[in-house]
Amino acid sequence: MNPIANIKTIMKRELGGYFTSPIAYVFLVIFLLLTGFFTFTIGNFFERGEASLVSFFTWHPWLYLFLVPAVGMRLWSEERRLGTMELLLTMPITNWQAIVGKFLASWLFLALALALTFPVIITVNYFGDPDNGIIASGYVGSLMLAGSYLAVSCMTSALTRNQVISFILSVMICLFLILAGYTPVTDLLSRVASPVVVDVVAAFSVMTHFEGFQRGVLDTRDVVFFASVIGFMLFTTGVIIRNQRAG
Amino acid sequence: MINVEHLVKAFGPKLAVNDVSFSVERGEVLGFLGPNGAGKSTTMRMITGYYPPTSGRITVGGHDMVADPIAAKRLIGYLPENAPGYADMTVHGFLKFCAELRGLQGDARKRAVNRAVELCFLEAVLYQSIDTLSKGYKHRTCLAQSLIHDPDVLILDEPTDGLDPNQKYEVRNLIKRLGENKVVIFSTHILEEVEAACTRVIIIDRGRIVASGTPAELKARSPEGRLDDVFRAITLPDTVKAEARA
Repeated sequence: MNPIANIKTIMKRELGGYFTSPIAYVFLVIFLLLTGFFTFTIGNFFERGEASLVSFFTWHPWLYLFLVPAVGMRLWSEERRLGTMELLLTMPITNWQAIVGKFLASWLFLALALALTFPVIITVNYFGDPDNGIIASGYVGSLMLAGSYLAVSCMTSALTRNQVISFILSVMICLFLILAGYTPVTDLLSRVASPVVVDVVAAFSVMTHFEGFQRGVLDTRDVVFFASVIGFMLFTTGVIIRNQRAG
Repeated sequence: MINVEHLVKAFGPKLAVNDVSFSVERGEVLGFLGPNGAGKSTTMRMITGYYPPTSGRITVGGHDMVADPIAAKRLIGYLPENAPGYADMTVHGFLKFCAELRGLQGDARKRAVNRAVELCFLEAVLYQSIDTLSKGYKHRTCLAQSLIHDPDVLILDEPTDGLDPNQKYEVRNLIKRLGENKVVIFSTHILEEVEAACTRVIIIDRGRIVASGTPAELKARSPEGRLDDVFRAITLPDTVKAEARA
């Protein structure tokens, strides 16, 4: 049977699952309120006096730290809790079709949330004359960042039937991905370690790779970094799901 | 149709299923009998491809479950224990989803859903979400899912669990009817069910097959001709047996 059709079927169900429960609406409202709050109040969007969305994108790694695991924590733990995992994996589909289908559904949902922030683009274009290329690249980076966090949550949700544990584990791993390249941490590290070590550690951080996107630089290495985090985490999810049943 | 050879499943040091072999042909209804924790569900999970066996071989319709799982799974309809379902979906949405994963599209999908709904008497709750259903309806929704692609092989883990006596009677008749031209394997610990629906019985205890035969053959083993006595004699732990003798 057609793998694309199977992935689409699973995606449709998963996406539908967000909207039949209040999760989707609660998430969208909170996400939009928080992005607005951080951009305009804490980020001093107006006081900066520059036509850019720097104050908008800077907060994304921190905002996603809690919001993305909240979206991803149920992906597999809910299947295990309800017992539907047994149903799903005895269907004539492969494990990776189920994993990719579920991941894409949540990613699409996050993309929708991100798309709903379009008023900031209108605002900045109304008041000034920003470089919309840089804004577009910021959005691409933000989406890749969300995808990486989501893949981490996908992996942690496969580990446990408890959504709270899945959430906390995922926040911890994502926090590490931020802190490894967060300037205060790298400064501290450079006092005790050689610059090479600092660079190696920082290379694992989403901060280092998200920066380029915010400046409007679409570097292949950054794209490859996010893509490989997603690939690696989804692969790990597959291994976990297989091993759980091997006993 | 189904061939199981020297099936073993280990969870750590514990052997849940220990060297189980049997084969079932079309037109047979095989009852799996055994005390709780005997390895019935584990065996069924291996046949349906959910658990990979530790060792041994399973073929369904000639397809090896480990080497060619997709082809083998396509032939099987499966009702897992406790009849799981996606709580937030409606009965109709759930059946549609399962039909699509079975490769049914358009008109074929609509017909399949309607047929399964009729077979399991689900018309009244079709647009109700699964978490609002009574246990009986929830069970029948999951049963409908296993029938949706009109499979050659039906594997039902405790299909009458949680149903009221009328529903039990209906499901038993359904199993008998389906068994005429399919392979049906179902597990239960209700002995009368075995007599009513099975052409063959396998009794499993502590991971091993301890008895197998037609219900009549098994009954003949007890002086009073009662299946209960046979079941108790075979599956009671040795310590209890020793106490009973003393």
